[in-house]
Amino acid sequence: MENVPAKKYMSEEKYSKRTARRILLDKIVRWAFSFSILFAVIVLVVLLYQIITKSIGWLDWNFLTGNLSIKPEKAGIRGVILGSLLLMVVVIPVTLFLGVATAIYLEEYAGKSKLKTIITTNISNLASVPSVIFGLLGLAVFGRLFNLGSSILAGGLTLSLLVLPIVVVSSQEAIKAVPGYLRDASYAIGASKWTTIRKVVLPASLPGILTGSILAMSRAIGETAPLVVLGIPTLILKIPNGIFDDFTALPIQIYYWTLDTVLTAEYANLAAATIVVLLTMLFLMNSIAIFIRNKFQKRY
Amino acid sequence: MTNIVNDEVKNRVVYEVSNLNLWYGNDQALVDVSADIESNEVTAIIGPSGCGKSTFIKTLNRMVELIPIVKTSGEIKYNGVDIFDKSIRVEDLRTKVGMVFQKPNPFPKSVFENVAYGPRIHGIKNKKILNEIVETSLKKAAIWDELKDRLNDNAYGLSGGQQQRLCLARVLAVEPEVVLMDEPTSALDPISTLKIEDLIQELKSSYTIIIVTHNMQQAGRISDKTAFFLNGEIIEFDRTETIFSTPKDKRTEDYITGRFG
Repeated sequence: MENVPAKKYMSEEKYSKRTARRILLDKIVRWAFSFSILFAVIVLVVLLYQIITKSIGWLDWNFLTGNLSIKPEKAGIRGVILGSLLLMVVVIPVTLFLGVATAIYLEEYAGKSKLKTIITTNISNLASVPSVIFGLLGLAVFGRLFNLGSSILAGGLTLSLLVLPIVVVSSQEAIKAVPGYLRDASYAIGASKWTTIRKVVLPASLPGILTGSILAMSRAIGETAPLVVLGIPTLILKIPNGIFDDFTALPIQIYYWTLDTVLTAEYANLAAATIVVLLTMLFLMNSIAIFIRNKFQKRY
Repeated sequence: MTNIVNDEVKNRVVYEVSNLNLWYGNDQALVDVSADIESNEVTAIIGPSGCGKSTFIKTLNRMVELIPIVKTSGEIKYNGVDIFDKSIRVEDLRTKVGMVFQKPNPFPKSVFENVAYGPRIHGIKNKKILNEIVETSLKKAAIWDELKDRLNDNAYGLSGGQQQRLCLARVLAVEPEVVLMDEPTSALDPISTLKIEDLIQELKSSYTIIIVTHNMQQAGRISDKTAFFLNGEIIEFDRTETIFSTPKDKRTEDYITGRFG
């Protein structure tokens, strides 16, 4: 070791020891971090393996297109898939509109008032409120007050409330990240505020807004607790026709089938098959959103 | 003789600024500024950093109001009308008074869309008219020849100097009367700077140009009148030759000869 720094203050031996310790620490940290990711991956792989092996033989065309039944070998989840899709038909437009509008108001119009700080803090806090609580809120407001019962509309609005904070906060961040000089360029040739937002701010922040929305929608489609609280019936044999009909959704069906495994063991296989369907839907939704995001990223 | 008379007929007062004060919160940035700015001239604003140059020209199109804590007093008359008057729509003012910034700030869109942005937001949808406006504006900004085959390319792929001229074309596309320039060449190389300076000379026959510059040689080269700002006040405002040859104020002389700033 020729190049000992600060020789004046430190003996060569001490320096060498310290360096060895730093290198060791580096190795330990690397292992700790690798283990962290390994842990998540292993759990996921085990889960997927179990589910997929269980669903083999059960997940077929008849299962996807058939109606619910008490008899496991006859049961199909057409109505359940439709329920989840219709739920998204309510959740996606409501959440995107309200979420992005709220974010635009807070970032572009609200100024720097105390009220804004209070609202922003509370929205962030809402993101961490347990989903059961949102279910109770939905039951009281949409189910009872607006008399929507346990319809798709009531469920969708409840889920929208649940995931709104995620969309608002991530949209706010995306809007904040649009550089001021782009806004200036627009204002400087006589554009109004709304024109500037619509033609400059939103296109530039769209990738960020979409990323948050993907997360939010994925959470909404997988939520069980708020729907259980809303009183979604255990077994619906009817296929929903519109957003005012009663319904059941994929996570709910998974939940009930898992519960009833004590009665009929084959329900576990039905639950596994439904999980595969739910995961596939999630995967498709995310892929579409990522595709849209990349397309816009290239353009702007 | 006749020449001079013609010049005087042609030039009219575009901006009458009287007793303008401006505060950022409690910090006063402009102190009792009064100046008349005439049409079809290049007015240069010089002074050391933080003297209020940029604040001053951003007040002329009320861009300064985008900062929420700004307060103003006094009067700015644009073509005889007080721009702070309630009846004035700031969008109209900024359509007539365009601005080019220190750092080129094209939109992350194509060259064409950048120039067409202004006409589009003012309601022009006809593709043929838009094509025409884009072509004339790029020609006025002396960049048509370089960009005519790259109209669909993203503006971010252009060089800094090209971007700045594109930003100028974007302003010219809405046919303003006044073009404000806030140190438009400070981020550019010498050749690009020269191109912009030549351009300013050409444009002054059709536009009134007010330019903030850090570069005194630049003020000397391109401007007809020069205002020297110090600590938010106009120390001296006169014909550029006068300012540079026989300044009346000691502080102007010190600044110009490089004794401070």
